[in-house]
Amino acid sequence: MLEFIKQPWHWAVSGTIIGLIVPMLLILGNKKFGISSSFRHICAACFPGDIKFFKYDWKKEIWNWFFVGGIAIGAFIASTFLTNPGEIIQIAPKTLEILKSYGITDFNNLLPADLFNWENLFTFKGLIFFVIGGLLIGFGTRYAGGCTSGHSIMGLANLQKASLVATIFFMAGGFISANIFIPLIFKLF
Amino acid sequence: MNLTDHKETQEEIEIRHQDTFCTNESKLTHPWWYNFKYTLVGMIFGIVFVKAEIISWFRIQEMFQATSFFMYGVLGTAVVVSAVSVFLIRKFGLSSIYGEKITFENKELNKGQIYGALIFGIGWAITGACPGPLFAQAGSGFSIIIVTIFFAITGTWIYGKFRDKLPH
Repeated sequence: MLEFIKQPWHWAVSGTIIGLIVPMLLILGNKKFGISSSFRHICAACFPGDIKFFKYDWKKEIWNWFFVGGIAIGAFIASTFLTNPGEIIQIAPKTLEILKSYGITDFNNLLPADLFNWENLFTFKGLIFFVIGGLLIGFGTRYAGGCTSGHSIMGLANLQKASLVATIFFMAGGFISANIFIPLIFKLF
Repeated sequence: MNLTDHKETQEEIEIRHQDTFCTNESKLTHPWWYNFKYTLVGMIFGIVFVKAEIISWFRIQEMFQATSFFMYGVLGTAVVVSAVSVFLIRKFGLSSIYGEKITFENKELNKGQIYGALIFGIGWAITGACPGPLFAQAGSGFSIIIVTIFFAITGTWIYGKFRDKLPH
């Protein structure tokens, strides 16, 4: 059984489990699936300043921190106890070729060590991949009113037109970024 | 520790619902540790994130370079399963385990779902993560991602600060 779980999971299995999180949260306490709001509640709790957008009863939303904390714990469990020995990340040949042309050399883990390590923190790479990347995610999800979880799963499941628009533009932004901006960024290194 | 003694004003409720999806609609108040059941649900999510390699920077590049079906399969399946679940919950008017009727809110269409979504999409491809996977990447040992999370919180704060000046 454990050996079976340790294999990389099929997309249909993974998608089904993620889809079932929506009814689980609803049935456990009428909670709507979403992640990016956890950032906002941290702002509201720790540094609301004099900003109206952060002056609300954040204590009502602390369930969301318990949820995202669980994500981190689950990821720790999976990457510590459920790894497939000798597992190599499968990457589509075309993408592998493109990434190699960017100068990426590490393909052994979920994130390339060339980019995602502490030594890069105060470098140009760090500025792009941690600082600007993080700012875009935080600013963009709040401006859009939700992230992939809130809009593309919860919102689409609830047949919201706003979520369909948001999902289309999430994807558009991603395509522009991956095919235009990222190749340019790597030319600068 | 009593987190439920605050009486919310109407204005606070409106602000809480602004630009967000997953507000807590429940009128019930429970001790804080009741929230640990959401930690368990989160753990399932975290395990799937890692085992299906959804938190992989490489998967996201494949998705946006359209060289692999994998992420489209995951998202598509998740949408279908959750849509069927929501449909059934509505059809049978189901209640939560505490007997409270499950409610759904409509989301108003505004320009944020264009501008904000484009901005987030750009960040998604760069970091290889949306907000959920950021927490999973940090949890699976990439401690540097804590820096990305810090700046995501900062980005949220900047949005809040300049919200009134942005087109909506």
